[in-house]
Amino acid sequence: MPAMNIIQALNSAMDVLLDTDPDVIIFGEDAGYFGGVFKATDGLQAKYGLDRVFDAPINEAAIAAMAIGMAARGLKPIAEIQFADYIFPAIDQIVSEMSRIRYRSAGQFTSGCVIRSPWGGGIRGGQTHSMSPEAFFTHVPGLQVVVPSNPYDAKGMLIAAVESGDPVIFFEPKRIYNGPFDGVPDKPLASWARHPKGEVPEGRYTVELGKAEVVREGAACTLITYGTLVHVAEAAAEHSGLDLEIIDLKSLVPYDIETIAASVNKTGRVVVAQEAPRTSGFAAELAAQIQEECFYALEAPIFRLTGWDTPYPHAHEWAYFPTRDRMIRALKTVTEA
Amino acid sequence: MSNGQSRFHVPTPPFRPGDAPDFSYLNLPKAGTAKRPDALAPWRDTSDLAVGLVGVLDHNHQAVGDWDPKLSPELLREGLSHMVLTRIYDERMLKLQRQGKMSFYMKSTGEEAVAVAGAMALRPNDMVFPSYRQQGILFARGRNIVDMMSHCISNSRDNLKGRQLPVHYAWAEGHFYTISGNLGTQFPQAVGYAMACAYKGEDRVAASWIGDGTTAEGDFHGALTLASTYRAPVILNVVNNQWAISSHQNIALGDAPTFASKGLGYGLASLRVDGNDFLAVYAATQWAAERARKGGGATLIEMFTYRADAHSTSDDPSKYRPKGEFDSWPLGDPIERLKQHLIGKGEWDEARHEKLVETMTALVVKSYKEAESHGTLHDGPLSPTESIFEDVYARPDWRLRRQRQDLGV
Repeated sequence: MPAMNIIQALNSAMDVLLDTDPDVIIFGEDAGYFGGVFKATDGLQAKYGLDRVFDAPINEAAIAAMAIGMAARGLKPIAEIQFADYIFPAIDQIVSEMSRIRYRSAGQFTSGCVIRSPWGGGIRGGQTHSMSPEAFFTHVPGLQVVVPSNPYDAKGMLIAAVESGDPVIFFEPKRIYNGPFDGVPDKPLASWARHPKGEVPEGRYTVELGKAEVVREGAACTLITYGTLVHVAEAAAEHSGLDLEIIDLKSLVPYDIETIAASVNKTGRVVVAQEAPRTSGFAAELAAQIQEECFYALEAPIFRLTGWDTPYPHAHEWAYFPTRDRMIRALKTVTEA
Repeated sequence: MSNGQSRFHVPTPPFRPGDAPDFSYLNLPKAGTAKRPDALAPWRDTSDLAVGLVGVLDHNHQAVGDWDPKLSPELLREGLSHMVLTRIYDERMLKLQRQGKMSFYMKSTGEEAVAVAGAMALRPNDMVFPSYRQQGILFARGRNIVDMMSHCISNSRDNLKGRQLPVHYAWAEGHFYTISGNLGTQFPQAVGYAMACAYKGEDRVAASWIGDGTTAEGDFHGALTLASTYRAPVILNVVNNQWAISSHQNIALGDAPTFASKGLGYGLASLRVDGNDFLAVYAATQWAAERARKGGGATLIEMFTYRADAHSTSDDPSKYRPKGEFDSWPLGDPIERLKQHLIGKGEWDEARHEKLVETMTALVVKSYKEAESHGTLHDGPLSPTESIFEDVYARPDWRLRRQRQDLGV
């Protein structure tokens, strides 16, 4: 199996989809000829033609609406929003329309499509290229929200998302597009080639949405996270020597409560980590659900490790980001409680 | 306009309650004077039409000029019949809303031609993305009235399972998209649908309708941008009924000459049409549909009409506009005008009209009785309670399964 980074894996997923399903159509700002600012659609227009992969005007609401209209006619659009920070002009189309077409028409119309968007910080993107706005969308009935953390999952989940028949907000942790990140700033970039999940099959396969994965087994504490922080968690476990169990959530809606509850019932201690600001973040949902499910197994309060309730700062990025060392401090708080 | 100094400006309507309505400021061109370009003419050839007015029926109710679609008397009588039914249906539903039979209602009185003639000029499988005031499309496409009423009273027969406010219909079989209460969202969606039809090599077109006030929404501009960029086979209708609830059209129009003229800046064929003239609406829609089907791209059509009644059952127009304003509306009543046209051709008469009104009234009364036999919002039966958890996704996940258990259904 070839080693791929996340960009190559996403590109491979779209290549497979375009090749095998004439209803798949791809568009976004700079997504056509140029292949996207992160090159996820690189070469696809040249291979499949202008009518399959094309540039969209800079109007995120119109991009989302175009996907909704095309889905109503049976296409399977994959729309790229250039940065997750730019998704807000499309919020009415996504929240009031896309999410509810199946429901409000009682199943007469559907709006199955995928909104792909580079997400998260750690790239010196400042406050308009670093956001993790997943909680805005996990609050919306009718949307699925997913965040893969590695090349293998990125490809399998994108194919599963397109084939799901319902709208999927597909956030891509751009800090780890080209290699896993251990949460220690200013180190040279690691490579996916040396990561087991950097091995990506060429053809079609899917990674089931709604299923989490225990990526490290341990007994002392459960750390639940998604995206970039999965790798920070692995580094925190190695560096601290803690017997940490790490759950890569992958799907936020729906999230895999069974895997979470089984782990928490075993360890009795939980850190929930997200890059997004703390208040009303997705970690809050997880913490609330865990205490409902596992209250009597808990040995310590659930700890939320998050970004701060500030906009994402540019120069002080690493004071905002839940780094490896901050994560270790959180874990110690919970394991020593 | 300017005295050499910037001034804060907020437009006001030409008249408010207590004023005498006078529409002479509109300066509307006479019917029959607009030239009809070839359906594949460059968009620039519509420049005059975007600030003029496509009209066919003159003040004597004669069809005049280039745009006369020369429709058969049978088709005209069919159109009249759909418009009469629409009006009677609206009146009846309003009364029933007042009696507490439904939560809400929105009439289309005065605007029947926009929906009915528009729908009749399209093919039955052309996709429509209406707003909440084009119920006439459903009559023109033959929707069962009991089903429509069942939706409005949210009973057990409601094809939307009681999930939508009254008049927010959806009818896939009739190629009628689900209506949104959020304004203008359907405009760019219709463009996406039209693009998909073109992508699939079909010769279907999509059509959408929004109001004058909604042109201020970003989705209006997004739709026009998409429609122009991708030359989508779509007809984008702005139903200028002069009022957005209580705000006069000038709150959205600003100093632009017409809503249709906004299309020119996008490089779209753009027409302003007498929306109370069945023949003009038909002819303009037919022109735009031919243009779209033959690869000429999108058309923006401003349907110039007048909202003869309240915005919805939740507002009282006498609080924001003069009583009797509709009586002064220079473009008259679409039903009366088509009726007089047919009478003038010797194809209709008062007795037949009375009979039509009687028949349609009886149909509406009978249909409501039948609809009510399937329940009402107030007394039920409604759709099964557990149906609230259906159709959120193709398959409910564990959260919805548990929540349904929590509710005990």
